[in-house]
Amino acid sequence: MSEAAEKKAPAVRKIYAPVVNEETAKFWKAAEAGKLLYGFCLACNEPHYFPRSFCPFCFSERVEWREASGNATVYSYSTMFRSPTGPYTIAYVELKEGPRVLTNIVDCDLKAVRIGAPAKLVWKPSEGGAPVPFFTLA
Amino acid sequence: MSIKGKAYVMGAFEHPTREAPDKSTPQLHVECARGALEDAGLSKDDIDGYFCAGDAPGFGAMSMADYMGLRKLRHMDSTETGGSSYILHVGHAAEAIAAGKCSVALVTLAGKPRTGSGGPRGGGNAAAPEAAFEMPYGGTTHNQYAMCATRHMHEYGTTSEQLAWIKVAASHHAQWNPHAFLKDVVTVEDVLNSPMIATPLHRMDCCVITDGGGALIVTSPEVAKQLKRPRVKIIGAAEAPKGTYGGKVDLTYSGAAWSGPKAFGEAGVKPSDIKYASIYDSFTITVLMQIEDLGFCEKGQGGRFVADGNLISGVGKLPFNTDGGGLCNNHPTNRGGITKVIEAVRQLRGEAHPRVQVKNCDLAIAHGTGGSLGTRHGAATLIMERE
Repeated sequence: MSEAAEKKAPAVRKIYAPVVNEETAKFWKAAEAGKLLYGFCLACNEPHYFPRSFCPFCFSERVEWREASGNATVYSYSTMFRSPTGPYTIAYVELKEGPRVLTNIVDCDLKAVRIGAPAKLVWKPSEGGAPVPFFTLA
Repeated sequence: MSIKGKAYVMGAFEHPTREAPDKSTPQLHVECARGALEDAGLSKDDIDGYFCAGDAPGFGAMSMADYMGLRKLRHMDSTETGGSSYILHVGHAAEAIAAGKCSVALVTLAGKPRTGSGGPRGGGNAAAPEAAFEMPYGGTTHNQYAMCATRHMHEYGTTSEQLAWIKVAASHHAQWNPHAFLKDVVTVEDVLNSPMIATPLHRMDCCVITDGGGALIVTSPEVAKQLKRPRVKIIGAAEAPKGTYGGKVDLTYSGAAWSGPKAFGEAGVKPSDIKYASIYDSFTITVLMQIEDLGFCEKGQGGRFVADGNLISGVGKLPFNTDGGGLCNNHPTNRGGITKVIEAVRQLRGEAHPRVQVKNCDLAIAHGTGGSLGTRHGAATLIMERE
């Protein structure tokens, strides 16, 4: 991490309000209650993310949305320095339940982020919309 | 049905501009079309097939076709796969020509992200099904491709020094290109000392942002034989999408792992037969992963393969992007697919700069990744032969 970037103020990056549609409304309603949902197919027993009304693997509509534990590990990451609001870290984390989820790693020393590091769910408010699931180092 | 030998790239034009504050995007498209037609020795009314992608302003192919006055069209295709679209369009043009749907196909790309409105943004919009689950996280091309580099380094021990060699090779080529946006030869140290953009990618791991464009003319064998230009025969073409697969994300490979073998299979050649390779270089990591996935080396060995000048024409085993590529020469409209085909055509014609021209260059590949390597992208592979 460059010295110039470290001296910058903490990130106050605008978090876009998630665009809610008819299919995903219940995901964002659960988010309001602090629950992260993923899809689980009762036909092929495969979990998926982001959750949808069908299984993207076997195409069955016998899908239920389950609450994730919020425990995960870092699959990959990149800390972005070309940002007017300071560095931020985009990542894929692998949920304990299986799917790899795009997110940001927040509220921790970004230099400590490593592949395989344990991470846990935190929620952040968005600009006028539902809260958004983020992760921090556990 | 195979497209092998059913169509030829007979016109290729790269707009010389890299900054076009005084020209409109449609105007750049038509200047590119004119350049490719003149190169081929054809005229506007010979065109009966038109191919464009998301950079073409307006309503699919219709606005540009109407604006340019293309009155003889009987085939149109505006397939959009980001920067690889134009490589894919050549394959689609060959299919259309093989099926008798057109005989002279025009492909255009143009735009002005440097001085204009920023150009098209690949990767959909707020109505895309993935948008709500990705847009809040500040994903950019830089940090999404960078995550692939992070994972590749983790799994295979790839280093920043190895990635830097890709930029070094491109810069060695760009010094001979009078139109190159960046003409200075750089070292591995220069790359590593350039500012960090998105870990682990430095500024010099990233391609340039330029205005401009390019165009191609693809014709039937009958038309090709009437023209005076060297004949560049299309012998293999394939495309493949790759995505995030419901959470089964794997950032260590690209869609080239599927399009490459199909194109090589159609052409009936092997990676080791290739004399020159145009490999999409949005970022250094893009090149490394595609080289592995196309089979130029074993998976995971890309870092070793690209090091020590192995991609430099006249020095290494796989001369690549001899125009300087997107890393140094040109990445018009944030889309490098068409320049990949154009430099491959120059090499096959023997018309590359003498300092980078590959000797006896009779077989070349152009391959691209459009969209985001870190989420979803379209891979396109094209194999061409000098006749």
